[in-house]
Amino acid sequence: MHELRQVRMRYAGVEVLRVDALRLEAGEFVAVVGPNGAGKSTLLAILAGLRPGHEGECRLEGRDLRRWPRRDFARLVSFVPQSLAIEFPFTAGQVVLMGRTPLGDSLFESDADLAAAAEAMRLTDTAAFRGRDFRSLSGGEKQRVILAAALAQSPRVLLLDEPTTFLDLKHQLAIYSLLRDLAGRGLLIVAATHELNLAAGFAGRVVVLDRGRVEADAPPAEALAPEVLRRVFEVAVEWLPGPAGRPWIRYGE
Amino acid sequence: MANEPVTARRLAAVTAVAGLAAAAVLALTPLIGPVAIDYGRAFAGLSPDREILFQARLPRVLLALLAGGALTLAGVLFQALVRDALADPYTLGISSGASLGAVIAITLGLRQLGRYPAVGAAAFLGAAATMALVAAIASRGRRISSFTLLLAGVTINSMSMAVILFLHNLADVGQSFAIMRWLMGGIEVVEYSTILWLAAIVFPVAVYLFLFARRWNLLAVGEEWAEARGVPLRRLLLGGFLAASVLTGAVTAITGPIGFVGLIIPHALRLRIGADHRLLIPAAFLVGAAFLGICDTVARTVLAPTEIPVAVITALLGGPFFIWLLRSRRRSLWL
Repeated sequence: MHELRQVRMRYAGVEVLRVDALRLEAGEFVAVVGPNGAGKSTLLAILAGLRPGHEGECRLEGRDLRRWPRRDFARLVSFVPQSLAIEFPFTAGQVVLMGRTPLGDSLFESDADLAAAAEAMRLTDTAAFRGRDFRSLSGGEKQRVILAAALAQSPRVLLLDEPTTFLDLKHQLAIYSLLRDLAGRGLLIVAATHELNLAAGFAGRVVVLDRGRVEADAPPAEALAPEVLRRVFEVAVEWLPGPAGRPWIRYGE
Repeated sequence: MANEPVTARRLAAVTAVAGLAAAAVLALTPLIGPVAIDYGRAFAGLSPDREILFQARLPRVLLALLAGGALTLAGVLFQALVRDALADPYTLGISSGASLGAVIAITLGLRQLGRYPAVGAAAFLGAAATMALVAAIASRGRRISSFTLLLAGVTINSMSMAVILFLHNLADVGQSFAIMRWLMGGIEVVEYSTILWLAAIVFPVAVYLFLFARRWNLLAVGEEWAEARGVPLRRLLLGGFLAASVLTGAVTAITGPIGFVGLIIPHALRLRIGADHRLLIPAAFLVGAAFLGICDTVARTVLAPTEIPVAVITALLGGPFFIWLLRSRRRSLWL
């Protein structure tokens, strides 16, 4: 699916990302972790085709992202921003339905569109506030609505920028197991996150970024090894026995 | 009502109600005025009702409706494009750019610009040039920053006004009078041919905007949001700004600057029917038309026989509204 080669990204002359080679395949659930400024959001934005100013090559299915017609690309890849500040009174339901825009040109949504939106809202547990003004929702509710909009897009690649920052514990777990299920159904899931334990517990592969470079790229038990985390995050880290051989990471003194 | 999904049925209902308001204004306001007239007599061709209706009141009402609809639509679009309920042709500097064009034409004593009346054509060019300038200032690389756009609009506004004042200083008495009269935007009695060509510009643009309604929805949420949903961002932004400038320029060329029409009605409508442009565009056009029709009726009757420019009425209503909007919005102004 996605393939990066010699990708460099600079903002105002400062190199924020330097990825020599990275391949992401359908069916993978990849967590991208790293400290602030490590380049997680930049990597996701590049994968989402939103930073065409990068150097090097980023391909989807063998074709450079910059050569993809935007519409065709949007039918394959959907991007979930961390948050969304909306100025106007769109309802949560309307925001989710907007996910369907790449799939049709008609003035009104089809029954299939409505069904896909309803299913996305069921999966994200957002149906209850479908009619509410998006601006009146809490941070976590907004985040789930944004995810629902991305799911309604019926993508094959789902890119998420810290999808659970504002979520309560129950919904953190629900969203992560939803993402794992989607990967199981053949989607490529890439999520940037600070939740190391969720990444360890659900993702099949973890990419650790530090100052724009890939420090580790392996299954969680290897990529999140204490010595890697100590070096990258500069905090004391130890592993506690977790479920099914996966680590439970305790950090701090 | 704002919470229901947007369907063809709901569009029909909203359009019917808004259309009724516009139709009521069209039917009733020509009857209002210092001389009472009667449709029966006017349509039977009896004097003076016939002349008063068809030569004095009807063209004016039609122009007010068309101008109100177009300016409100331009407001809706500018707001979606820069994601700010405070944007409208006035706050982005487009109206004052049009004024500058007109004032230059007046000061130079031009009568014709090619085949067109000089003042109108120059106003139109002024609007287009200002939009291009504001957009050029605000765009960096392939993106256009909404915030910079608003500030650029404000700056262009004051610079245009400065040049206008300077030109006004140089002008002779006759020109000075023409300038002041033009700057006080107002609906006046015009030829039917003028109304027809305005309609020939406004209606196709309105239809184009309506057909792209779902894309304006995406853009009203965010540029990346729209781009990640397969929208050709740059083309859409350019098309949108161009369309809104054409609407503003065409109206302003005939009426002079009329501010705040595009601010009040879209905001009020969003509270009632929600933010979806499939409903908002037709509703804004029709309700905006009715609104300016009413404002102009007030303008020509409240101090009769003296007429006040309708821009005075809209500014007196719109100014306080703008301040209220500024104070009540939840987003912090610190940005």
